[in-house]
Amino acid sequence: MSSAQSSTQWLSLPVITALMTTVIAVVLPHTLHLPLWVTAAYFILCAWRYLLARQGRLPPPRWLRITLTVAATIGVLLTFGSITGRNAGVALLALMTALKLLELRDKRDTLITLYLCYFLAATQFLFDQSLPFLLYLLGVVWLTTAVLISVSRQTAVGRPWRYAGTAAKLLLQAVPVMVVLFILVPRVSGPLWGLPDDAHGGVTGLSDSMSPGSISQLSQSDAVAFRVEFDGEPPAADQRYWRGPVLDAYDGRTWSRGEAQDFGDPPEGILRGSPTDYTVYLQPHNQVWLLALDLPGAPPKDARLTAAAEVKANSRIYETTRYRLRSYTEHTLEPRLGESQRRRLTSLPEGVHPRTRALAGRWREQAADDRGVVQRALRHFREEPFVYTLQPPRLGADTMDEFLFETRRGFCEHYAGAFTVLMRAAGIPARVVTGYQGGERHPDAGYMIVRQSSAHAWAEVWLPDGGWQRFDPTAAVSPARVESGLGGAVSQDEPVPAMARLGESWVKDLRLQWDRVNALWDRWVLGYGPELQQEVLSHLGLASWQRTAMAMATVLGVVLAVIAFILLGGRERRPRDPAARSYQLLGRKLARAGYPPRASEGPRDYLARITRERPEWRAELQHIVDLYVALRYGSASHPHWQRELRQRVAAFRPR
Amino acid sequence: MREATAPLDADRLAVQRKALHGLIDQANQVILGKDHQLRLALTCLMARGHLLIEDLPGVGKTTLAHLLAQLLGLGFQRVQFTSDLLPADIVGAAVYERETGRFTFHPGPIFSQLILADEVNRATPKTQSALLEAMEERQVTVEGETRDLPQPFFVIATQNPGTQIGTFPLPESQLDRFLMRLEMGYPDRRAEHELLRGRDRRELLRGIEPALTPDGLALLQSAVPNVNASDALIDYIQALLDFTRRNEAFRQGLSPRAGLALLRGAQAWALLHGRSAVLPEDVQAVFVNVAAHRLEPAGEHAGAAMENRLAAMLEEVAIP
Repeated sequence: MSSAQSSTQWLSLPVITALMTTVIAVVLPHTLHLPLWVTAAYFILCAWRYLLARQGRLPPPRWLRITLTVAATIGVLLTFGSITGRNAGVALLALMTALKLLELRDKRDTLITLYLCYFLAATQFLFDQSLPFLLYLLGVVWLTTAVLISVSRQTAVGRPWRYAGTAAKLLLQAVPVMVVLFILVPRVSGPLWGLPDDAHGGVTGLSDSMSPGSISQLSQSDAVAFRVEFDGEPPAADQRYWRGPVLDAYDGRTWSRGEAQDFGDPPEGILRGSPTDYTVYLQPHNQVWLLALDLPGAPPKDARLTAAAEVKANSRIYETTRYRLRSYTEHTLEPRLGESQRRRLTSLPEGVHPRTRALAGRWREQAADDRGVVQRALRHFREEPFVYTLQPPRLGADTMDEFLFETRRGFCEHYAGAFTVLMRAAGIPARVVTGYQGGERHPDAGYMIVRQSSAHAWAEVWLPDGGWQRFDPTAAVSPARVESGLGGAVSQDEPVPAMARLGESWVKDLRLQWDRVNALWDRWVLGYGPELQQEVLSHLGLASWQRTAMAMATVLGVVLAVIAFILLGGRERRPRDPAARSYQLLGRKLARAGYPPRASEGPRDYLARITRERPEWRAELQHIVDLYVALRYGSASHPHWQRELRQRVAAFRPR
Repeated sequence: MREATAPLDADRLAVQRKALHGLIDQANQVILGKDHQLRLALTCLMARGHLLIEDLPGVGKTTLAHLLAQLLGLGFQRVQFTSDLLPADIVGAAVYERETGRFTFHPGPIFSQLILADEVNRATPKTQSALLEAMEERQVTVEGETRDLPQPFFVIATQNPGTQIGTFPLPESQLDRFLMRLEMGYPDRRAEHELLRGRDRRELLRGIEPALTPDGLALLQSAVPNVNASDALIDYIQALLDFTRRNEAFRQGLSPRAGLALLRGAQAWALLHGRSAVLPEDVQAVFVNVAAHRLEPAGEHAGAAMENRLAAMLEEVAIP
């Protein structure tokens, strides 16, 4: 009856196979971001363990396992410079899970591996919370649970797929609890606990600087930037300018945000015409910008309007965020401009772009006023052979001069940047606005999808008679960009993302339907923040948090009571027989002294085992065991035996 | 069956138990290094069960049977089972006698107290079932007349697992009639050394005096059901039965009859070791031998030895 014998029976090949399947299924989504060597090591370790099991060989020796563990830890440390944090932590967790397979010996190891699988599955949500991953991981959890059940049966000789039904039932039983907790657990804005610093890497979106190439790169992504639901009719295509960061500082190559914008008061604005009300579901982009239709009125909650009329959230957007805004497409922004402002907004770095400056100087002389200069510049872009392309040639030392006079091929950031430089060179205050332009309406659901491929940059010019005015030089070069989007504006051989170019095809249809499902997911699950919760709860008549807490406590109480009833009602934890209770206490005392009882061990065997090692306890333990045996298994019983047993156990102090 | 052993009986029982220990000591002189098997065989006998020994030839099966008969003073018959053995060769037949002009019953070897049925799987199923029926009923019916078999009645059947050709292995339903199955196994090094140096076992056997009277054995046998089995112990037996029924390694779990056999075996074992109550250890001591031949491995687990599996199983079932 050696334990080695029982453990070899224990880890039969079907169990190992099921375990390997689980372990590999759970790591598959992680391979998207794990370093290649971690993925490779993971699969090699799995294959190794599987081959060992197939050939009926023993796991590798202890020293080798320790060496591998140390090597894996050092590898993670070298790769990430740390063993904590999201990326390093998950890599380490994955490696340890694979290494755990190597020391798989008995049921306990198997259970630990399965618990690690659950954990590993959960960590995937630190990287991606989208619907496909959720569905996949649900499948993984199902598989893991089925294997867990088969392993938890008293001998693990069963085939795990037999328990798929039971596992599904278990998971379905968990759904109501999950839904209630999801709805009722108080939401807080921002995470409850500090996530590691690198928890939000790898997300695309606008940044707060712009240099040639930065937006054209972003434009090659099909990913959804945000979705919009308009209360009424959406504005016309050429009015769909989604305002993001405003860049007014220029170093000769890169546009960036001037710090002044963060400190000034919101600008004076005169808003006219009928407002447009809409709700935005913004995908996480790890920045503070809330995109707003030009020009937003009051900022939403937890956000403010900067001096450049940008909407800036109080914290970075790490989760799908929902906000409501009201915008006015007809407006006058900042009708008066201070002298220092004017100086800053017309400044250019010394000694750059001589040819550009000369050109602007000529226009200045020819034109009657500022507006004339603007018109002259737009005509220049329209009439000269400029090409709108996602693949502009590389620019050398003086980017602006080269672009304007030699290559003449560029993307929106080139045109917006060049136009703004030209204006500044002519002494007119100007700045670059980045954001998105356009958006497609979902044909059935009605909401508007704005993708990263709609990322755009344009210029704002301050004119004495109308404040800041939007001019889009890209529209002058390629009117189609504004009218019909990126796909119609560039030539066929350019690397435009599929969704920007697809006409009316079933693929596009299918993808739009899928987007609709995702929109619902984002809106009701990922976007279920404090505000939406408040709305939902007030529908349920649970408006105040006290009542929420009460409801939650009640639900939890009922759930716990049911669980307790099921667990404790069936079999008693504490034996009813007082002799058995005394014996249990004895077992606990001896366990503390290093001699825990085994569940399958009879009292005489237990006594023999202990007294072999601790003969000094023999006399006392013999008494106790005799009493216990007589009371529990004997025919005659005297009340005072019971008392004596209790007293002797109480007095027994193993050290 | 009496409800409780009277005080007078208790004293007599103690005497018999003492004699039993003398018997074990003596037996150990003849069969070396097989104390556990010897005790199990005695347990089986005390529990009024029959014994199946499954092992290779030459490991001492016959010697064990002979020895037990000798020590207990029982009438002994050995029947070598062959493929042409007929039921009448075992139970006997009515023979016409010319002098009296009547049929007279000539009892077969089954009318002895201890029968060694050697290589029982060599006979045809018909002959096998004649033996097994007699074992179960403890009586035989010939020519419409029912005759009781002697008391005590104990069958030791042997099977040779090595030979497969031309044999009729006992079906599970028949195996169930045996309380226990034993494997003798090879002697260990020291025992074998002594065996090779010592005198011939048959010679030793001849010098053995009965250590227990048939009455003494009967007293012990009737005391077995009175060995106390508490509720806690019954719970443990049920846990074991339940385990085999829920476990996928077995085609089907242990039957209630097997449960009874387990309890009887454990009671006899406890009595043999001088206890008036059954402990979980007693159940564990006999469990593998009582259960192994009643279970069939399922599908993919057929390879592993049932004994090993059951031994491992004992470690997994908690004692309530």
